[in-house]
Amino acid sequence: MATLEIHDLHVSVEAEGGPREILRGVDLTVKQGETHAIMGPNGSGKSTLAYSLAGHPKYKITGGTVTLDGEDVLEMSVDERARAGVFLAMQYPVEVPGVSVSNFLRTSATAIRGEAPKLRTWVKEVKEAMQRLSIDPSFAERNVNEGFSGGEKKRHEILQLELLKPAIAILDETDSGLDVDALRVVSEGVNRVRESGQVGTLLITHYTRILRYIKPDHVHVFAAGRIAESGGPELADKLEEEGYEEYVKGGVSE
Amino acid sequence: MAETIPAGSTTDGVIQVGQQPIDARVSAPASYDVADFPVPNGREEDWRFTPLERLRGLHDGTAVADGGVKVEVSAPEGVTVETVGRDDARLGKAGKPVDRVAAQAYSSFEKASVVSVPKEKVLSEPVRIAVHGEGGTAFGHQVIEVGAFAEAVVVIDHTGDATLAANVEYLIGDGAKLTVVSVQDWDDTAVHAGQHTALVGRDATFKSVVVTFGGDLVRLHPRVVYGAPGGEAELYGVYFTDNGQHQEHRLFIDHDTPHCRSNVAYKGALQGKDAHAVWIGDVLIRAAAEGTDTYELNRNLVLTDGARVDSVPNLEIETGEIVGAGHASATGRFEDEQLFYLMARGIPADEARRLVVRGFFAELVQQIGLPELEERLIAKIEAELEASV
Repeated sequence: MATLEIHDLHVSVEAEGGPREILRGVDLTVKQGETHAIMGPNGSGKSTLAYSLAGHPKYKITGGTVTLDGEDVLEMSVDERARAGVFLAMQYPVEVPGVSVSNFLRTSATAIRGEAPKLRTWVKEVKEAMQRLSIDPSFAERNVNEGFSGGEKKRHEILQLELLKPAIAILDETDSGLDVDALRVVSEGVNRVRESGQVGTLLITHYTRILRYIKPDHVHVFAAGRIAESGGPELADKLEEEGYEEYVKGGVSE
Repeated sequence: MAETIPAGSTTDGVIQVGQQPIDARVSAPASYDVADFPVPNGREEDWRFTPLERLRGLHDGTAVADGGVKVEVSAPEGVTVETVGRDDARLGKAGKPVDRVAAQAYSSFEKASVVSVPKEKVLSEPVRIAVHGEGGTAFGHQVIEVGAFAEAVVVIDHTGDATLAANVEYLIGDGAKLTVVSVQDWDDTAVHAGQHTALVGRDATFKSVVVTFGGDLVRLHPRVVYGAPGGEAELYGVYFTDNGQHQEHRLFIDHDTPHCRSNVAYKGALQGKDAHAVWIGDVLIRAAAEGTDTYELNRNLVLTDGARVDSVPNLEIETGEIVGAGHASATGRFEDEQLFYLMARGIPADEARRLVVRGFFAELVQQIGLPELEERLIAKIEAELEASV
């Protein structure tokens, strides 16, 4: 069973006037089959955690460890992490002009699975996954994220999640910018993957709204670069009522 | 062969249809004689992007021909291949040289090569012209003449190392179809400048594909003039500019005749320090050219830091009675964020770069519609990427 272990993770970014520490000792263990919601106010470092786990070069790891089944994730390149089973659904996926969605998906699936998927079953697999996410078939011929609406981008991210079947899925504010219908479709996609029991999910969100659709096993409140409090789903209800005020005041300011 | 020459063409400058375009962008009127052009100093509009010191004297009269460029023509049956002297009546018909280097080439070549496809002949095999540099300096002139209603594909391959100034003329008869592929696959030491001018006959179709991968400096002028109404020109270009290379394509479409079409699409990728691509797309729609339909596009993809693109589309319209006229130019960067996105989906960095570059060129390569060339282009693009990643 795949386990992602984050221990005392410290991360900095280059800023004017030198490096600025954003993550200040994060400890978290995510096991396959579990869903962890990470909630926190803007600027608390949630997205930094997501991108650091995926290996974005902007973020410098200054301390701590991240392992996936004992393997040192921080030693791996971005693509190696993905092939090891770490998937990041991005908040703002970039346009890749000239590369069609179908070409992209197939290249990615080939890389992740270690061999090219058989064409006939692959076409069917993609078509069905797109149908489930209410994605128009013409989508496959469009260039990756080019001219996609906010909702289309998020569906495309979840489409990849369904096709690539990672061991650890990090969903970075997948709910932001979605209307209720799109949120439901996207959440259903995430739930289908979760139901397989094969994925550990790290659901990063600012709002409790998505938790009505995706039920977490654990909720963590992120503040000032570390986990300030952990609990069960009831913690989300408390946040819904009270907001983040308690965690922001007196916390280390940005 | 006189009947295969489209109406309105010039014969050694005696009969002139209109005038060569003279506008603010050229430093001197077109002329066959190199002496009519001042030696460029690099501040002129048409020379400002070109590193003159790398032209090896082609621009200032100091380059001395010493042979060293081998030209081999292989043509299917029925095609005439001749080597002719300077006084041959077929030379210079498509138009005058427009800059000093082209005029230098015109003033300096000793023998020209003329390839003629007789009227109504439809070739099943391409004419292949291999220009191979063996380290020397040379001036050349090539005429490709396609008779009325004939159809031909011509592939001109430039390889090896040379300092070459050479012009090519395409004389396309009424109703004829000519496709020309000019591949600049030079060694990275070669210098190549030249003017490729097509004179498109009534209802004739001209398709040009310019592929520039090699050379230290390549500076080409693909040009189109129409001899009669109904002509159609498609000009495609693919270039891959590496480390230290200067690749410059200066296009000009002279719409001086009614009801002609032109479509230009050039795409280039750049990588490495001091890679410099220049694309100039000039289209002039003269007052007489009613019913003109023209579009030109240039796209550049900058893969690494240190590369530079100058892309300048110019559209000058002297009549409103046209079907359409437009242009587009854009230069994009392959950005770190795109690389991160693709890598975050398990795709290794070099493959990610290949994916993007292949995608960038794919549309154009398909549009060109020559399957044989398509494969070669893709293979070449892959090789360029391979060499750099």
